[in-house]
Amino acid sequence: MGLREKILTKSLWVYHISAGSCNNCDIEILDCLTPRFDIERFGMQLIGSIRQADVLLVTGAMNKKSLGRLKILYEQAPKPCLVVAVGSCATSQHMFRPSYALEDALDKIIPVDLYIAGCPPKPEAIIAGIVKLINKVNKL
Amino acid sequence: MKGEDLILFGLLFFSFFIGGWGWWLERKLTARFQYRVGPPWYQNFIDILKLFSKEQIIPSPANRVIFILSPIATLSSVILVTIILDRIIFLREGFLGDLFVILYLLIIPSLFIILGAFSSSNPLATVGGTREIKLMLAYEFVFILSLLIVIIKSGGVFSLEKILDKQMSTSYINSFSGIIGFLLALFYLQAKLGIVPFDVSEAEQEIMSGVFIEYGGPLLGFYRLARAFLYFSLPMLVIAFFMGKNLGWQIAYKYLIIILIISVIKNINPRLRVKDVLSLFWFFLFPLGIVGMFLSILGY
Repeated sequence: MGLREKILTKSLWVYHISAGSCNNCDIEILDCLTPRFDIERFGMQLIGSIRQADVLLVTGAMNKKSLGRLKILYEQAPKPCLVVAVGSCATSQHMFRPSYALEDALDKIIPVDLYIAGCPPKPEAIIAGIVKLINKVNKL
Repeated sequence: MKGEDLILFGLLFFSFFIGGWGWWLERKLTARFQYRVGPPWYQNFIDILKLFSKEQIIPSPANRVIFILSPIATLSSVILVTIILDRIIFLREGFLGDLFVILYLLIIPSLFIILGAFSSSNPLATVGGTREIKLMLAYEFVFILSLLIVIIKSGGVFSLEKILDKQMSTSYINSFSGIIGFLLALFYLQAKLGIVPFDVSEAEQEIMSGVFIEYGGPLLGFYRLARAFLYFSLPMLVIAFFMGKNLGWQIAYKYLIIILIISVIKNINPRLRVKDVLSLFWFFLFPLGIVGMFLSILGY
């Protein structure tokens, strides 16, 4: 466990990408910032610009329109950068798998570090997932 | 390296530490106002360290020289202001006209933030830059008015050290014009730091961190460092102007009071539109400053 990983996991700045989701996962992500869950006590912040991102939270089933944009966003992020798939759609395309508008699952396009299942996942599940992610980075 | 230089370096690190801590205090108070727990006390330092460990991306259409130079110029001018203020407040070593040096050096950070935003050739950064220009037009004027009130009250002295000496018997805030000047300086502080009622230039919900949108990694780290220094030097400047009676350990609670006022204003106000910021500064605070100036000439 290096110092760099330790510092990175103490201040994760999260960039939120909605790749064609139904908005439920997005609302649950915003719930994590509310007084009840308050992820700022772990140093996490939702930020507006991809250039400052440490974590990409991807929600939604990745339709053809958002595919190219997601690739561009992943390339624009500065590089110790983690990708988290939130919700059943982002992890496995869920019930939209046979749809004509979808091509590949998220992890076939960009490397995914963490899957958080649920439709939508509870804020507790998201926080538990982030803790798993932090442990995983610290063990590298 | 001589002993005096070592003292200055020590004071600089001390100011950085206090500034980062004051910034944290503002975040923590905001969290407590919203019934949250808030970040731990080392959060801002960890953020800055992390930014310096990240990859630096320079957008291809950007003007590389200005894009790289502007955070560094911002940081260096802010460090200069901090050193001058440290020397005046803690060592009582001023020079003639240091007020104007501080005034000009405090304009440089905003100018280079604007230049950096324009050089990144991002449309949202350009919008943020134009908004920052309008903010500057609003708040610099008001700051100069409050400076004028201080100069008139001290009897035409252009040195901050002499102004501190003149406040040996009573602070300027204990008079009507002093209260008005303090109010103007507080608004200046809030707008200069870009805290909530006046954060149009980096509005996260409309233009996604605005002027800083293309900055990430070490260059954003420079901006963050400069901001930590500003969190020290701007409240200290206001304290030296208006609350300069006892500057021993009492400076600590004066600093805490100013941080508290900042975060209360931040948490009970929504973001003002650009038009509202301009009309607040030009049509309310500017006449107020003129009234304060006449009051200070009359001796109130």
